[in-house]
Amino acid sequence: MRNFGFATTKSRTVDYSKIDTRLIGYILENEPTFNACLSCGSCTAICSAGNLTNFNIRKLSLLIRLGELEKIHTEIDKCMLCGKCLLECPRGINTRNVIMLIKKGLTIFDIKDQE
Amino acid sequence: MENYFVLPFTVGTVILFSILLVKYALWISKLSKIDKLRIVQSIFSRRTLSAIKECFMECLIHRRIFKRNILLGYMHMSLAFGWFLLIVVGHIEWVVYSGTFVTYPWNSIFFQYFVHESFPGEKIMANIMDFLLLFVLSGVLLAYFKRINSRMYGIKKTTKLKPRDRMTMCALWLIFPLRLLAEGATASFYHNGGFLTNSVGRFFEWIQISHTTEEILWWSYSISLGVFFVGLPWSRYMHIFTEVLLIGIRSTGVKLKKEFNSYSRIQVYSCSRCGICIDVCQMHISNISNNQSVYILKNIRDQNLTDRKLFNCLLCGRCEQACPVNINLNDLRISQRIRATKEYNSDYAFLKTLPVEQPVEDKTPEVIYFAGCMTHMTPGIKKSVLKVLEKANVNYQFMDKDKGACCGRPLMLAGQYEAAKKLIAHNREKILESGASTLLVSCPICYKVFKDDYELGQISIKHHSEYFLELVEQGKITLKKSDKSIVYHDPCELGRGCGVYEPPRNLLKMTGNLQSIQQEKVNSLCCSGSLGDLCLSMSDRNTIKAETLKVLLNQNPDMLATACPLCKKTFVKGVDIQVKDIAEIVAESMEN
Ligand code: SF4
Ligand code: SF4
Ligand code: SF4
Ligand code: SF4
Repeated sequence: MRNFGFATTKSRTVDYSKIDTRLIGYILENEPTFNACLSCGSCTAICSAGNLTNFNIRKLSLLIRLGELEKIHTEIDKCMLCGKCLLECPRGINTRNVIMLIKKGLTIFDIKDQE
Repeated sequence: MENYFVLPFTVGTVILFSILLVKYALWISKLSKIDKLRIVQSIFSRRTLSAIKECFMECLIHRRIFKRNILLGYMHMSLAFGWFLLIVVGHIEWVVYSGTFVTYPWNSIFFQYFVHESFPGEKIMANIMDFLLLFVLSGVLLAYFKRINSRMYGIKKTTKLKPRDRMTMCALWLIFPLRLLAEGATASFYHNGGFLTNSVGRFFEWIQISHTTEEILWWSYSISLGVFFVGLPWSRYMHIFTEVLLIGIRSTGVKLKKEFNSYSRIQVYSCSRCGICIDVCQMHISNISNNQSVYILKNIRDQNLTDRKLFNCLLCGRCEQACPVNINLNDLRISQRIRATKEYNSDYAFLKTLPVEQPVEDKTPEVIYFAGCMTHMTPGIKKSVLKVLEKANVNYQFMDKDKGACCGRPLMLAGQYEAAKKLIAHNREKILESGASTLLVSCPICYKVFKDDYELGQISIKHHSEYFLELVEQGKITLKKSDKSIVYHDPCELGRGCGVYEPPRNLLKMTGNLQSIQQEKVNSLCCSGSLGDLCLSMSDRNTIKAETLKVLLNQNPDMLATACPLCKKTFVKGVDIQVKDIAEIVAESMEN
């Protein structure tokens, strides 16, 4: 294929009836404030781990909502729980608790990364 | 034989001490080798003497509870010290009567039942015993009232009870009134006993009670003792003996470990459920009343601690500071968090792949400055620290100028101990590599973990308030005094956490008029922003913050000062007046 200097993402569809809701359900049950997330990305802009790596907490929370859990484990392990996102979030979401719940949820449901 | 009534008491006593012996032996045997060695080595040292003194002052007199509230202290003292004296003097009474030192315990405990004839010193001994009984009874009476109205005792909330606890408590409450009645019944026939039991005896004589009633009363007294003794190891009263064990072990220098072990268990069982920690906890302001330390300890005993309760706590340390038993409540809670999150600790593999930054100049810095995540959130503080360093001509290296890892304390607070160790190792290497002799930090959260967990050897760790004060003392910077009135808020991690109270105050006295407030230093309130709490909602945080601000701003100061970027960030969103970190104040007050 010709190299235009940019790439297009593959088109994809989400089948809402087949979404894996285990993790998001677990998080919302224990930290309902996560419902209020508007994906503004403030947390990601300030993130300490994002400053050191390509970690993107906003993207992760979107993936979790879509039930795409193949790469969550390695990614979430980059967070250092520093709490900057907590101070920045306009919705007052307990982001640190969300992160701990993701970690715990992955353990409870035995969700592992897939290659 | 007519003496069968001593059986419930005797059986109870044997069961009690057997259980205690087995439990304590098990706990001590599970301590680490080093801790056991410590105990063996200090058994015959002066520490033992001071431990005995502490046991006397705390387990019997309850000095620390007295300091909190006289009525509550008196209640605890009359029950513990009074009962103790009843046993000791009761034995002396037996010795005076029989001339022998050793006897079966029931002979002195049920003395008045067995001894009817008179002997030299009888009246004095009987009156002393009656006085002591009255002393204990006054405590029991206060305990009844406390259940009804705990506010009188400086306590707004009292602990909720389980049936098991309730049964043991009722047995305890019955012991002394029954003793009075039983001794009174005997006195009605033989006219023995002192001023109190004899008066009861005269009344019984007047209503003409029978010997059967006397027997029944002695049986009841003995049964209540037996029930209390058997129930004791399974109830909160286990603290009576465990606190003695705790004081003994603590005096040998044994410390709480990160992970929950049998010393932690001894601490858990030493809690008397006095309720003092419930009252000092600010969570009440947001109507949260199930997560206070006393409940956590109880849940650990009953093995039904939920994550919600465990993680909903500011770890402000107010309860630990107030606890009369000196239980390490913060670290104990953290050890439970470590246990709860053990299965999912990160290894931060990416740290190894980070590019190594080369120092711009190759001379060794004198100071290495670690700003930390929170200072990076408050650029004003960061700029001020740098300004002061430049002004004082300090040769420093900025460790986390662009790319820095977190200090690890937030992970510690969340119980992610293994993960925190990875960050600590990473940062520690950088600090040691720099060759600096001083590590400067501008955030109490980082300061705490550097002090407690980094093992930096010769490197001295300084909070910016301490370091700036040194700069002033060395004449490297001079400060201008203004006439602004300032109130200082003690950050939890800096004050109760690390014991730094004076340096920030000394600096503030040089730059303005420092006002003192009601709840400060060890008694200071939490700003509510703490990273120790993982699930407190923003609106609850704001409610708590508003109350803290009320106390701080009571005298309408011109400025609110603090020494923590997180406290500052928390307060800024709640007040009209200026909120400044000590670094900003110093930077602005420097003379050119
Ligand atoms: S800052 Fe808050 S609202 Fe915005 S994306 Fe992050 S969590 Fe969601
Ligand atoms: S707590 Fe985690 S996600 Fe939030 S800012 Fe810190 S590193 Fe990023
Ligand atoms: S933890 Fe301390 S203050 Fe709280 S109830 Fe127990 S003994 Fe009292
Ligand atoms: S540490 Fe603070 S918030 Fe937690 S229970 Fe104790 S007083 Fe309450």
